[in-house]
Amino acid sequence: MTCYDLAVIGGGPAGVAGALTAAQAGLRVALLDGGARLGGQYFRHPPASLQASDPGAFHHGLDRFLRQGAALADRADLLLGHQVWTVERVASGAAEAAPFRVHALRDDRPVVVAARRLLVATGAHDRPLPFPGWDLPGVLTAGGAQALLKGNLVVAGRRVVVSGTGPFLLPVAAGLASAGARVLGVYEANGGLGLARHPLLALGKAGEAAGYGLALARRRVPYRTRQAVVAAHGGDELTHVTVAELDRDWHVRATRTVECDTLAVGYGFTPQLELLTQLGCDTAHDLDGSPVVTVDAAQRTSVPGVWAAGEPTGVGGAVLAEVEGRIAGLAIARSRGGNAPAPSPGAGVGGAGLGRGAGVLVRRRARLRGFARALLEAYPVRDGWRSWLADDTLVCRCEEVPLSAVREARELGATDARSVKLLSRAGMGWCQGRMCGYAVACLAGEQPQQPRRPIAQPITLGALQKSAPPDFPDPSALKHDERISDDKSR
Amino acid sequence: MKVGARPFEITVDGRPVPVLPGQTLGAALHAAGIRSWRTTRFGGRPRGLFCGIGVCFDCLITVNGRAEQRACLVEAAPGDEVTTS
Repeated sequence: MTCYDLAVIGGGPAGVAGALTAAQAGLRVALLDGGARLGGQYFRHPPASLQASDPGAFHHGLDRFLRQGAALADRADLLLGHQVWTVERVASGAAEAAPFRVHALRDDRPVVVAARRLLVATGAHDRPLPFPGWDLPGVLTAGGAQALLKGNLVVAGRRVVVSGTGPFLLPVAAGLASAGARVLGVYEANGGLGLARHPLLALGKAGEAAGYGLALARRRVPYRTRQAVVAAHGGDELTHVTVAELDRDWHVRATRTVECDTLAVGYGFTPQLELLTQLGCDTAHDLDGSPVVTVDAAQRTSVPGVWAAGEPTGVGGAVLAEVEGRIAGLAIARSRGGNAPAPSPGAGVGGAGLGRGAGVLVRRRARLRGFARALLEAYPVRDGWRSWLADDTLVCRCEEVPLSAVREARELGATDARSVKLLSRAGMGWCQGRMCGYAVACLAGEQPQQPRRPIAQPITLGALQKSAPPDFPDPSALKHDERISDDKSR
Repeated sequence: MKVGARPFEITVDGRPVPVLPGQTLGAALHAAGIRSWRTTRFGGRPRGLFCGIGVCFDCLITVNGRAEQRACLVEAAPGDEVTTS
């Protein structure tokens, strides 16, 4: 088995920056990502075979990212189309040189990568809130609408409503409008300031915010604050939504109907922490209640040999993710072991002992993290959303668990999401609570807890059997009486 | 945005649907106006794309006889036979 100095999981801005920085320092690097192309969510882009005239039209900085990706391809092994389902730390003596095993699936076939160190840069996914009709076809997450556009050049609908909270609604709406959708309105549940005084402007992202604002204004897309879609309607597909004026806590004050074929909705993001919690990394709660992994100034987690960068350390966007990735790459290159040079004495204090030049990165990270914190504070999820739900509103889409069943679980004494799940099946289905987990935790009366999923991606039993370590006996190879004694020993 | 590539075809329950190279099955179906391709176990409710990035599993689809594939992740290939349920 090839042993890498570093395995990077995730091919978005954080993972690519970290992998490239470490590879340029001389480390042997493998990068794994489930997608067919580098990019993650932010830099999702169509394949060259599509021959799009302007593939970067919906991104800031795609060209630069693609150059980084090309530079990385020259210096590291890119394992694309590899879905990592678990990561293990091997304890045996022979494994000391490479304590980590990354288990991935490629076309349902198991692949194992051994590495001395790990950089986990697994990004985040949309954090939806449930509301009546949110399971109707035509209702998409904001990120889903964006993925259709960025990765496939498919416009999610003809008459589109964008709703939820947070700055992400702006690029989603602007992208859809510029791609030809009629965006009927952007309904931001928070804030009373309007687009002209959007926090993006106050926080030094004037150019970016003004660009989105201009794109929306040019197409006369209304941007309304303290309003949100509180119900979606239709038979087998979305036909209209109920838009509500909200009070400060998001209770409904007045409603009206908007006819549309598509709704893009998002209430922030949930960092993907499965692999980090599998490894036992410490977590904490971010300002918005989301569990995040804790890292030190060098992006090190609490587990030796494991670094993290990007959204898993706190949702902050692509620019911060890249900076964190670069800092992690520098720190990894200077960590002991492997063929990297040892840290030089007297490395800059401001650079967290990362060498010359890192000070600039560390200062940028501090500024960008401050910006991210300000956005999380400006766009919280307010409790009033619970009043949008009816008894029969599905909370868990996979297991089709309505609010009434969650309520019954609470009446039976459940005070946490795990107990609610055991009693009602909310969060027990295909997505393993990734979609409803935040809402179920809120309804159960607790903060969302870090994920406890030993399997991060679905895996068939056949692939699981094939990926068993060599010292684990293949059950079919055992003699009959051995199998019986094994059964008895349980 | 202009696209230089020529579309190819897949079939959905025998009906031809055009796809541009590199598009996922889910994107191609959605673009063709097909917004749901399975029904839920209990309520029999229609489901299609939701998260669009492989997390929610709403868009599960059968392609070339292989069940439970995430339509939003699987890149369409010429001649793919999709069956809805």
